[in-house]
Amino acid sequence: MPDLIDRPVAWFADIGLADRPAVGGKGGSLGELTQAGIPVPPGFVVTTHGFELFLEAMEHHRPVRGLVADLAPDDLDTIRSVSQELRHRVEQEPLPATVRKAVEEAYARLGSGDEAVAVRSSATTEDADDASFAGLQDTFLWVMNTEEMFARLRECWGSLYSVESIAYRRKHSLPEDNVAMAVVVQQMVDARSAGVMFTRSPTSGDKSVITIEGAWGLGSSVVSGEVTPDRWVIGKITGDIATRDISDKHAMQIQAEGGGIREVELEAKQRTTPCLNDEELLALRDIGRRVERHYGKPQDIEWAISQSGQILLLQSRPETVWAMRDATKPVKPPESNPLKHVMTIFGGTQ
Amino acid sequence: MAGDAKSFPLPSSVRKVPGTERAQEALPYYTQFTPEDDDRFWFYNSMHFPEPMHHFDLVTAEAAYCALGAFNTRVHVLPTTKGIDHRVINGRVYIGGVPVTDPNEIAMRQEKFQARAFYYYENWEELYAQWKDKMKALIADAQALPRPVLPEWEPIKTTHTGKGVASNHALLDIYRKQLEGYFRMWHHHFEFLLLGYGAYLTFFDFCKRAFPEISDQAISRMVAGMEAEIFKPDEEVKRLARRAVELGVDQHFHDDMVIEDVLGTLDQLGENGREWLSELEVSRNPWFNVNVGDGFYHYHRSWNDDLSMPFAALPGYIEKVRAGETIERPMDRLVEERDQLVADYRELLDNDEDKATYDQLIHLAHRVFPYVEGHKFYCEHWYTNLFFNKIREFGALLAEHGFFEQEEDVFHLTHYELESAIIDLMLAWSSGSEPLGPKRWPAIVQDRKQAIDLWARNTVPPALGMVPDVIDDPAIVMLWGITRDNLDSWLDTGEQNQKELKGFAACSGIVEGTARVVRSVKEIGRLEQGDILVCQVTNPTWAPIFQKISAAVSDIGGSMSHMAIVAREYDLPAVVGTGSATSRIQDGQRIRVDGGRGLVTILDEEELLENA
Repeated sequence: MPDLIDRPVAWFADIGLADRPAVGGKGGSLGELTQAGIPVPPGFVVTTHGFELFLEAMEHHRPVRGLVADLAPDDLDTIRSVSQELRHRVEQEPLPATVRKAVEEAYARLGSGDEAVAVRSSATTEDADDASFAGLQDTFLWVMNTEEMFARLRECWGSLYSVESIAYRRKHSLPEDNVAMAVVVQQMVDARSAGVMFTRSPTSGDKSVITIEGAWGLGSSVVSGEVTPDRWVIGKITGDIATRDISDKHAMQIQAEGGGIREVELEAKQRTTPCLNDEELLALRDIGRRVERHYGKPQDIEWAISQSGQILLLQSRPETVWAMRDATKPVKPPESNPLKHVMTIFGGTQ
Repeated sequence: MAGDAKSFPLPSSVRKVPGTERAQEALPYYTQFTPEDDDRFWFYNSMHFPEPMHHFDLVTAEAAYCALGAFNTRVHVLPTTKGIDHRVINGRVYIGGVPVTDPNEIAMRQEKFQARAFYYYENWEELYAQWKDKMKALIADAQALPRPVLPEWEPIKTTHTGKGVASNHALLDIYRKQLEGYFRMWHHHFEFLLLGYGAYLTFFDFCKRAFPEISDQAISRMVAGMEAEIFKPDEEVKRLARRAVELGVDQHFHDDMVIEDVLGTLDQLGENGREWLSELEVSRNPWFNVNVGDGFYHYHRSWNDDLSMPFAALPGYIEKVRAGETIERPMDRLVEERDQLVADYRELLDNDEDKATYDQLIHLAHRVFPYVEGHKFYCEHWYTNLFFNKIREFGALLAEHGFFEQEEDVFHLTHYELESAIIDLMLAWSSGSEPLGPKRWPAIVQDRKQAIDLWARNTVPPALGMVPDVIDDPAIVMLWGITRDNLDSWLDTGEQNQKELKGFAACSGIVEGTARVVRSVKEIGRLEQGDILVCQVTNPTWAPIFQKISAAVSDIGGSMSHMAIVAREYDLPAVVGTGSATSRIQDGQRIRVDGGRGLVTILDEEELLENA
């Protein structure tokens, strides 16, 4: 999709992983999933081109990139004041008309009137870990109207100029010219339950099991570690549910009145009730397998189940921890005489 | 106890249950604990001998261990282990392995092992075909043994043929041949068993390393054989159900039928009835020679001895045939599913080398597994039934001559004592005077009956003696699933949750329902649709009632036990080897079976009310 370069907005259905430079990692992944037929809440990406148009407008008054590029990595005081100035300017600078119009139209197409959306930054850096180091992982839930959406969009853009982000780039001497940010805007899932799914065991690296963790309400409580989630281990191939750790889920996060989220304490009974039934677990496993097959490698996935029971994926990224550790050494090399293998059991020598 | 956590009670500290001293004393000297045994580690073989042993039934332990050890120690020469020693106290069989630890000895044995065991692996199919012929010949020999009788006068034929041997000699001859056959059968049993398990475990071990969280069940499913004899009895019941419908005699089979009456009715019914009866005979010989236990107790009778098990299943199967359902095992689909499973796991392997190893291992496992699954039908079922029934015939003869009241009482004698009673009877018949046995045995039988009752009420430690640092004896790991981790959990019983029982995860799935504690086949009529079967041993012969129950729990059995194999095929959630389900779960209680985790939970009253 080379023509994305020229468009401030791109729909999930039109993009894929290859479009990462324009739509960022998160946007590319959601697009890829959408194209693969995996259920994802519909949405669009404000592309890096949209960001560039905005930046151009800012640079028109005073330099931005040059200002950052000149900073010394250990001069934290100056970084702090530049950061403050730039974030203020990101909040104040009027949006270029083309950008404003494209985003407004897309938002209007997403739903009828004021659609509740999630606004999420979608960094273009190769490695998700870099993005979290650099503080580029903003997610705003239950954003309720156009103006608020624009405010959150600016906040995501502004995170490029946070103190951590600038310091990180300066420390690693990253060229400022490539720094851009895409932003995902997608329909909000009114999650009954949500959580994460690993298509490779996070504890053992086993590729034959799928681990699912989940809690009541929004997935933010699981991701942030505020609630100990229920945990299941399911045979990827067999579908056997071998482990069921049902935890005491003391609270859940839900929509706050007027937007945003709030935490509510749960009653005794719901706390210890599993947040997924077996049918849902197996449906998730099926989706996990499909996603893994699509990418050809194990995935870490964020999922939610709506109040009406629909399963939706919010994120999928390749598993990295075990992939790095994968030894080239085989479990056990073949033997010229296959019978020699039985000495593992009988021989007294491993 | 905290400072002494790594030791079980010493054998010398185990008190004989009061009132059973004489019964204990009567056991062979080589099964009695000695002071030196305190230095070794022993564990209670509850997997094979979950109930107190009758004196005669202990012949199974000695015949089996004579053969197991012979093959491990001296025929195949397993490098790191020899045989199994056994001791009996309070009616329970304790066993101890004999590991080889000297590196030089291991190296020497490795060489011999490869020369011998590899020959078996290389020629497995031919040797196994030969094995079946041997077993069938052995079975035919046992079937040919006449019923022991003592006529008042020697038949005139003895005179006319110049036979020169009188009838009383036949008693000893039959008895010794039968006993010899039983010992021989156990040799055949162990000819392939350890090698078969070993090849399977090699694949198992590889899977556990390549897929650390893979379930035992998934591995079992990949290896499971398709033509195994263990499925045959149930398939025969299905065949009879279909034939009943085809012949139009199906209306005679219902839940409350009296089997004798049904057989009588069919015989009177004309051609179709008799046709069905002849089909029944085809099924009975040999496939109903399966017993309802694991073959180690004389009272685990066979389908042929008691038709209630197969007949209990007939109405259900007939119902399904009438509804047009396919009840026969879908072989093609099962094979396809197994092959798919094998292929799917293979695809997850990281590199070509592992894939090559995987192919080598699964190939070997598939070759050896028919024996692992199939031998039990010939050994523990068919032959063992013949054996115990032959002993029963001696029981009837001795009871007839006043040695004890009933034929079943014979099983309270050791096999030595039984031989002495037989010789006593031979002498009396010979001399024309009265045997001495009737004055001696009734009191002893009484004493032993009481001992069995007392032993049954007595709980025994799961193990005795010092815990070894490692359990790497492949025989013990293979046959009993005993590992260092098991032992630690046995030592940990203090904190046991009274409402929870742990066993082997045999087949996954969670079911809540009413527990039906079934102690013998006589009680299977009590099972209602959806009940959870709780029993001591379930084996393939219980398969016909799997259509009726929602889950199964047993006291004994490992994840590779036959019960587990069949449960998986029926997709019936099952937990086996809980040790104490039949004693801790009460009939009618609500329980939850988690077959994936091997957990059984007794749901108490409060929880029931809360859920209501």
